Amino acid sequence: MKTLDRNGRHPVRLTLNGMPEEGFAEPRMLLTDFLRHEIGATGTHVACEHGVCGACTVRIDSKAVRACLTLAVQADGAVIETIEGLSEADGSFGPLQRAFHENFALQCGFCTPGFLMSLSDYLERNPDPTVEEIKIALSGNICRCTGYHEIINASLDAARALRERRQQD
Amino acid sequence: MKPAPFDYVRAESVDEAVAVLAEHGDEARVLAGGQSLMPMLNMRLVRPEILVDISGLPELAHIEAEGDAVTIGASITQGELADWPELETALPAVAAALPHVGHFQTRNRGTVCGSICHADPSSELPLCLALLGGEVELHSARGVRTVPADEFQQGVLTTAKEPDELVARTRLPKAQDGERFAFLEFQHRHGDFAVVAVAARRAGDSVSLAVGGVADRPEVCHWSALPGDAVDDALNDLAWALGGGDDIHATARHRRQLVRHLGKQAIDATAAVGAGA
Repeated sequence: MKTLDRNGRHPVRLTLNGMPEEGFAEPRMLLTDFLRHEIGATGTHVACEHGVCGACTVRIDSKAVRACLTLAVQADGAVIETIEGLSEADGSFGPLQRAFHENFALQCGFCTPGFLMSLSDYLERNPDPTVEEIKIALSGNICRCTGYHEIINASLDAARALRERRQQD
Repeated sequence: MKPAPFDYVRAESVDEAVAVLAEHGDEARVLAGGQSLMPMLNMRLVRPEILVDISGLPELAHIEAEGDAVTIGASITQGELADWPELETALPAVAAALPHVGHFQTRNRGTVCGSICHADPSSELPLCLALLGGEVELHSARGVRTVPADEFQQGVLTTAKEPDELVARTRLPKAQDGERFAFLEFQHRHGDFAVVAVAARRAGDSVSLAVGGVADRPEVCHWSALPGDAVDDALNDLAWALGGGDDIHATARHRRQLVRHLGKQAIDATAAVGAGA
């Protein structure tokens, strides 16, 4: 049984976008704050901090989840993927990012990392979704500036690009 | 906001978890998926001294269909249950309800037993537990006891679970031959808590309807026979009997109308040929 004292800072080791990372966390530290303040990976955004808005969505062991509803100490040993891992090796946009860029699917961009990380999981489960399925899949992510039409169009485009890439592989 | 400080224990067995609960009582809270507890911690609506993490405990990571029931361990997520290949045939009501439980991102972490423990009156899984007449297995240092659905959920966020107890698993009766189920809910946005949710079961002439979101817990009404021309009156009586008040989401009158309307749709769906869920 592993007991972590509330006042201690406990080592947390995880794999972030393919790279080993290590930091320290009190038991109450949220994964969002650990990623942003301990690791310095500030692409994951924090808004409502109670699981409603989806801005902090990351993938833990390949599953899209709310990082604000996960303790950093629970992520010890986990494989984490964030928005920083979506670009190509040369730093150019990956398919999801390109689709959002080309479809004007963001304005301020604050919610975008959450949308992209939700989609990166969802489009692996459902590579050829309908508009209705995308609406349901993205109902847990809130955007307050673009309206959702562009986001849905971008999602369809991204799904198409990912399918084509899979065929080429 | 951020949670108030707490100690954190990662339990490696049920025995370890209940030992911590026995020592700390209501100062301790069990953390599984955290999709209800973490928001309450973040908003400091609860301030436990110690969290006992049972997520991923191998002892509780099982879905077993044996005999007439399906047993679901406390670390099984809603997403894992949704992906269970036998779900549609064994638990059609649950299969129909699960897509309405939060969003796929919260179902990836949120657990089945966690929803049942949280006991929100409009929550879908406690509604299924009530309709099916399932049971909840509670473990503590004092022993193991099994509590039927009707005795487990007592009110708003209130259950029969004592502070030193852990819900280790829930058991839901499997669909029998000839039984038909339906699940429907009205919500303002997909993934929100239901304003009103209903789940129906028909077996021969008898009909059961569970209603969530109106009374302070899911309530089940049984009719040994319910001919088509009696449904409207029966649902009207039920809508008034359940009570329910005005709140920010709906008026009491709107809720009564939803009970009549969704109730009829669900009951009719169980009567239709080929309606599996």
